[in-house]
Amino acid sequence: MNIKINNNAYWANPGETILQVAHREGIKIPTLCHMSDLSPTGACRICVVEISGGQLVPSCAFPVHEGMDVQTNSKKVRRSRKSIIELLIANHPKDCLICVRNGNCDLQDLAEEYGVRSYRYVGEKRTGKLDLASPAVERDPEKCILCGRCVRMCHEVQNVGAIDFTDRGFYSQVAPALNRSLNTTACVYCGQCVTACPVGALREKSYLKAAWEAINDPDVHVIVQVAPAVRVAIGEEFGMPPGTISTGKIPAALRRIGVNEVFDTNFAADLTIMEEAHELIERIRAGKKLPLFTSCSPGWIKYVEHFYPELFEYISTCKSPQGMQGAVIKSYYANKTGIDPKKIFVLSIMPCTAKKFEAGRPELSVTQAEPDVDVVLSTREFGRMMKIAGIDFTRMPDEGFDDPLGESTGAGVIFGASGGVMEAALRTAHYLITGSDMEQIDFTPVRGLQGVKEANIRIGNATLNVAAVSGLHNIDRFLEEVRSGKSEYHFIEVMACPGGCVNGGGQPLPASPEKTRKRMEAIYEIDRSLPKRCSHHNDSVKALYDDFLGKPGGKRSHELLHTRYMKRESI
Amino acid sequence: MQFITSESCGKCIPCREGTKRLLEILERITKSYREEETEVDSLMRFQGMLYLERLADVIKDTSLCGLGQTAANPVISTLRYFRDEYEAHLYDRTCPSKACRQMLTYTIDAEKCTGCTLCAMRCPVDAIRGKRKEAHYIEQDKCTHCGQCELNCRFDAIIAE
Repeated sequence: MNIKINNNAYWANPGETILQVAHREGIKIPTLCHMSDLSPTGACRICVVEISGGQLVPSCAFPVHEGMDVQTNSKKVRRSRKSIIELLIANHPKDCLICVRNGNCDLQDLAEEYGVRSYRYVGEKRTGKLDLASPAVERDPEKCILCGRCVRMCHEVQNVGAIDFTDRGFYSQVAPALNRSLNTTACVYCGQCVTACPVGALREKSYLKAAWEAINDPDVHVIVQVAPAVRVAIGEEFGMPPGTISTGKIPAALRRIGVNEVFDTNFAADLTIMEEAHELIERIRAGKKLPLFTSCSPGWIKYVEHFYPELFEYISTCKSPQGMQGAVIKSYYANKTGIDPKKIFVLSIMPCTAKKFEAGRPELSVTQAEPDVDVVLSTREFGRMMKIAGIDFTRMPDEGFDDPLGESTGAGVIFGASGGVMEAALRTAHYLITGSDMEQIDFTPVRGLQGVKEANIRIGNATLNVAAVSGLHNIDRFLEEVRSGKSEYHFIEVMACPGGCVNGGGQPLPASPEKTRKRMEAIYEIDRSLPKRCSHHNDSVKALYDDFLGKPGGKRSHELLHTRYMKRESI
Repeated sequence: MQFITSESCGKCIPCREGTKRLLEILERITKSYREEETEVDSLMRFQGMLYLERLADVIKDTSLCGLGQTAANPVISTLRYFRDEYEAHLYDRTCPSKACRQMLTYTIDAEKCTGCTLCAMRCPVDAIRGKRKEAHYIEQDKCTHCGQCELNCRFDAIIAE
């Protein structure tokens, strides 16, 4: 159908909203509460446009109709938008200078774009108590502008529903039930609410101070491990385009910051694959319960612990790569080098907020005294750390990771994208079953941004039904099938965040599906460029098994690399 | 306006934030002068009035539902037809229609007062003095302008100006 926007004629499809047409045609309309792919709420009214008759309508929720005449830049529209921004500012703390989102805040950007130069409206401000109790996500209700993006993310995408609107009118706020702290709820700490928040009302808990103290302490041996998805995103913090591969720059920067050793979490990812592939084959051979769910995503694990505790036996007992790396460092590596594990400080750099919670799990500690991973920093915090240290990341040379826990294969890298764990596990499972590598290493049916990817793969005489799921709302169907005993799958990979770790809650802001896609492409690009692309070819992993662990799934592996799950209550 | 702010659900910004600011602006201009009033307070009375009409229009134009869309109507229509009353509130701090109790001074007409003591009994802050069957008087520094004396007087002896 034909519509007119700002007196220019455009073609629009029935059912499209004004905003969709305008964005497609390159006409900018500001938004605050709008999130593509999620249900429109029309709550913020920033996106109002004028239609014939002088009526203002929210373009994010208003469908086009034949002959529509839209003005996106009339006096009325500009005045309304500016007034709305001023109203928001009137009820917002004026602490931009010390806010974690300073320079990266939608409200700040809008105020600048619309030339807000005075506090036009003044009066009472909404008050609320800071919620700092959780180990991963902090909440500041006073900064909240009630756009509801986090609420929709938590309900519609993650199916957790830990936060919602409470109270009403001027005093409404976004909070967990009964205004309790996040750590008493079923919040899985995936951090997607943090990526959805346009302001600084939701943010990750920062552990930068602890990290600096360890680095500056000469008695402490600081070992860093870097997750696969960090290397395709950290460049964004320094103005590089999304998907820039900076594998070599990360260890170079970390050495200049002053850490003692830089290991690669991809090594542990290879180790995870060895354990998980053995577990899968063992289950299939012994006729044990199937499907096997992966256990790498701490958000997903906490989700199961809250909502499906009766299905623990279907979850792989493998620790996540972060947990495995920590355990190997504080046992094998400490033994080998003779460094007291108490003096080793393991610092993880993760694209994730839930990893901060995972690091504090008491069952993930080989020494029982202190955690295997001492501190977890998000990709954003790592960026901040380098800025404080005065490191120009863009000019770092390419350096390698340290041995022996720095060697990795392409199978480890693709852990960073949804479907990657599945693909990596199948590469090794194929080898373990048939004794040879797959002819076609790339297993594309499980790649991509879709929430659910299913495939059948023939290995030897068996056909495996596999699925890769990301975004927790997609997983309920599979869990219900398992519960009713109807599931025909053998292996299901689950990532809590949509798209996997590349779109994790700790990645550089703002998040967008386009960025996720570019980071994902970069992950597969790294995989393609590596000479070794299967975990069982990792020589350091082989050496670890020969020297220390014995065989995959063996006694020592079980002590160090496997874990258990506990039922969690929630309000 | 108070009714509107307490009925607002809080979903859309113009209604949630705007009606609250509208109420605050109206409250500021309907207050009588107090000694503790600072220069900033006085300036804010004027500043609020400058933006009242614009704010009311935006609330009406952009609110999500009928509550917000009609919330500002009383303000818009009184601005249109009773603009001089707004000016009287703002410049003279008087309420020509005698509706803003905070702006009125309550006194007792000694000739009409019979000394029945009813007003003194109903005064919540004990601001009314006087003996039985003698004319009463109001201590102005105690008076909170609640209007209870006027409501209860049976002899029309309370003068509110």
